[in-house]
Amino acid sequence: MIMSAIPAYSPTLPLSADYVRILPEIVLSVFGMIVMVLEPLLDEETGQKLLALIALVGTAVGLGATWLMAQSPGLAFWNMVKVDGFSVFFHVLVIAIAAVVILSSYEYMAVQRIRAGEYYALILFGVVGMALMSSAIELVLIFIALEISSISSYVLAGFRRHEAASAESSLKYFLLGSFATAFFLYGVALMFGATGSTNIDQIGRSLQAGPIPLLASVAVALMFVGLGFKVAAAPFHIWTPDVYEGAPAPVVGFMSTAPKAAAFAVLLRVVFVINVHDLVWVIWVSAALSMTLGNVAALVQNNVKRLLAYSSIAHAGYLLVAFAAAPVLGASAAMFYTAAYATMNLGAFAVVSHFANAGERYVTLEDYEGLGRSSPLLAATLTIFLLSLIGIPMTGGFFAKFYVFSAAVKADLIWLTIIGVLNSGVGAYYYLRIIVMMYMRESRKEVPVTPVPFALGLALAACIVATLYFGVFPGRVLQNAQDSAGQLVEHAPPETPVSRLVSAF
Amino acid sequence: MNTDNLSPIILTLVTFAPLAGGLLLMLLPRRDRDIRIFALVITLLTFVLSLHLPVYFHRGQTGFQYGVDKQWVSTPNIHYHMGVDGISLWLVVLTTFLTPLCVLISWKSIHERVKEFFILLLILETALIGVFTSLDLFLFYFFWEATLIPMALLIGIFGHERKVYAAVKFFMYTMIGSVFMLAAILWLYAHTGSFDFVMIRDAIASGAVPKFPAAAQWLFLGFFLAFAVKVPLFPFHTWLPDAHVEAPTAGSVLLAGVLLKMGTYGLLRFNLGLFPEQSRQNAWWVMILALVGIIYGALVAMVQPNMKKLIAYSSVSHLGFVVLGIFSFTQAGLNGALFVMLAHGISTGGLFMLAGILHERRHTYEISEFGGLASPMPVYAASYLVIVLASVGLPLLNGFIGEFLVLSGAFQDKAVYGILGATGIIWSAVYLLWMYQRVFYGKVTHAVNNSLRDLSEFEKWAVWPCAAAALVMGVAPIIWLGAIDPAVQAALTPAVRVASRMVGQ
Repeated sequence: MIMSAIPAYSPTLPLSADYVRILPEIVLSVFGMIVMVLEPLLDEETGQKLLALIALVGTAVGLGATWLMAQSPGLAFWNMVKVDGFSVFFHVLVIAIAAVVILSSYEYMAVQRIRAGEYYALILFGVVGMALMSSAIELVLIFIALEISSISSYVLAGFRRHEAASAESSLKYFLLGSFATAFFLYGVALMFGATGSTNIDQIGRSLQAGPIPLLASVAVALMFVGLGFKVAAAPFHIWTPDVYEGAPAPVVGFMSTAPKAAAFAVLLRVVFVINVHDLVWVIWVSAALSMTLGNVAALVQNNVKRLLAYSSIAHAGYLLVAFAAAPVLGASAAMFYTAAYATMNLGAFAVVSHFANAGERYVTLEDYEGLGRSSPLLAATLTIFLLSLIGIPMTGGFFAKFYVFSAAVKADLIWLTIIGVLNSGVGAYYYLRIIVMMYMRESRKEVPVTPVPFALGLALAACIVATLYFGVFPGRVLQNAQDSAGQLVEHAPPETPVSRLVSAF
Repeated sequence: MNTDNLSPIILTLVTFAPLAGGLLLMLLPRRDRDIRIFALVITLLTFVLSLHLPVYFHRGQTGFQYGVDKQWVSTPNIHYHMGVDGISLWLVVLTTFLTPLCVLISWKSIHERVKEFFILLLILETALIGVFTSLDLFLFYFFWEATLIPMALLIGIFGHERKVYAAVKFFMYTMIGSVFMLAAILWLYAHTGSFDFVMIRDAIASGAVPKFPAAAQWLFLGFFLAFAVKVPLFPFHTWLPDAHVEAPTAGSVLLAGVLLKMGTYGLLRFNLGLFPEQSRQNAWWVMILALVGIIYGALVAMVQPNMKKLIAYSSVSHLGFVVLGIFSFTQAGLNGALFVMLAHGISTGGLFMLAGILHERRHTYEISEFGGLASPMPVYAASYLVIVLASVGLPLLNGFIGEFLVLSGAFQDKAVYGILGATGIIWSAVYLLWMYQRVFYGKVTHAVNNSLRDLSEFEKWAVWPCAAAALVMGVAPIIWLGAIDPAVQAALTPAVRVASRMVGQ
């Protein structure tokens, strides 16, 4: 239906429907600007609260706008934006992540004595970029969206201005990030050279027609480098632990979920729509490396933030396994994983950031000793998220891994699956270490735990409910992901070429 | 049968009653006495409910009874499919029988974090029952993994000196073993589109599964590894002594009594059920491992200075009998294997309780710390003797029947297996009776032992049911075997068919 509309569709001015199709982005930008304008006008105490509230309302209105957007699927702005189930899925995801992050950082900012007007604005602007990444099908627009999201992340990473570590984190993220984005841009340029188009759907169709030119393969490989950096997949993961360690904890929760989800959305389009199937081995190797390096390095970490950084590398690896699988199954498994991962990781970082206290003093494993006794509820909450990260039944993490690996088995990726399941066995150890510290060790030093404020409690409750919901009733979310993935790849060739090629492994 | 109208929901009731109790317990205030009474009531209620199963069981009828089959998740096709046959029936009852005893034995010995202890115990009971009742491979894996967390926490929080080491070791061994099973389950799902045990079994038997012959051996090994770690079969047994010695008494009882049976049950249900041909082909080395386990376990048990470790190694030896019986592929061997599973659950559960009682009084398990206990603790000594004799395999007590059947099955298969296995009985008499002699006979060697209290009321109520059950099982094994025999026969049929085909070639 959408496709048949293309030839007739060439207005000189955007239609009103076009604006509806980017309504969430518009709404979020407006709210971001309101926050920025109000920030200098308000005094410090009341201002913080109000700005956070405005930002929160912004995300709520953004979700409403997404609902409106979902009602009018189709192309917009001269085929640059495509609203389909896929982009709606990621819109909801990144905006919901932003809402949870705003809830969980309000108290953090107060404790760390950070004036945070721009903070909320930056989060909203970042979300604009990420949301746009999921609906853009024009590579140049994707690049712009990627930059919008990245630049806000760079600044957010340096928000603990007085800490050298935070500045280092921000600078490192910025330098390496721009380098990686350049790779992506290079890929776009080469792709244009190879196919004469920068529209993903058109590229996909023109490449299906005949043998794939080498230039196109190189282009996709370069784009993979750029996006691989954003999702922290090995071997482009080196920045992750340092950046996560230095950045403010709620920002890490944000950075490790929302931009990643958006980058995965782009990667899904690039991999499954452009569908250069002789590059499957690249994904295979990157997935295997990410899982193994991430898990092995996490085993020896003593800083919880670094530990979770390496764990996020490992999770990027599990996710990439889905990319090597067949289109519909693989894409839907990846989408489910992104959502499940976002809820559990956000929750874990929310607890970590609350517990870290002023100046982020309490972030080593030893600090968690005896937490199960001193604040049982907080410890139980963290335990649920850690169990989900391990992949224990009844949690979202379990079904996420399950779908990914079953998609891989279905595509005959037996070895990759075995590497994956072994890794998830190894990975259990370091999450378990945190649980052991909390429940089985007596605390040796005084670690003050302040009571959980209302906003954070709300954020944690949302994460727990989502994690358990994904774990007990995964059907609806998966069905949604599968429908969207079906729309995504409806022009991609059937499952055979990928699996045939991959079975050589 | 009109009184039978509970049957359609009885399995759900039995499985989830403890979990519901555990959730209610969370809401109860921290009054230790109330919590204990509540836990006891719940576990007794579960036991009474579970008695419905043998009472209304149609003996002589093969196939699964009390079946429930409802769709849980549509994609993938996961069903809430439960049912029991003569094999799993008694294991469920064994679980529900032992858990109230665990509550009684922990009445006085657990006095810190009482609430958490009983909540974990109840969750564990649900997971254990679920393992035996689920007929959907996914559901099975779900419960299988779900047993891990409460057990690891029971060991890690309530255990003795090296509890953390033991808990982590237990967790990692089982986790890594079971991920291979997950990979095998995923393969089966990918190629049959179903998780249903019965459906997959029939599909494999009729040769309807594509690519099965090439993968069969790997699938067999995938399942086998998970179960072998759990049994534990030599050389995967090294987690067991640590876990047992460090676990609290109730943990040891359930660990030895039920958790180990998950492994042998899995071998019988899944390895034999799904892969009869591969089981047959691999039987020779599995039986050798079982024999090594029987003899090695017994020899190591003999030289243990620590009573609990001695009992732990005796489990390695006894479970070797079970595996020997299963892989003998004879009616007698399989009947015996199941009977040993039940008898071992009762008698070793009893032994662990008795060892725990002693530990509570003297805070040590060292055999050399005791001697001549028969005079200060006559009732205790008499109870101990009954259980020891049951474990040794004295006729008219439960140990004898099972081991006799296993050995006669092994003889039918190959005489040398029977002969070597029979030495295991001699060894078990040596190490158990020698231990008994050192602990109870002669003069009191340590003055402090003169003032030891004899069994308290609670302890009597915990231990005597075991002794009574051991006697009843020894005198009237037909109550149990009547239901076991047809199920075993049904389980054996495909394997026998395979055998005759192999001979015919």
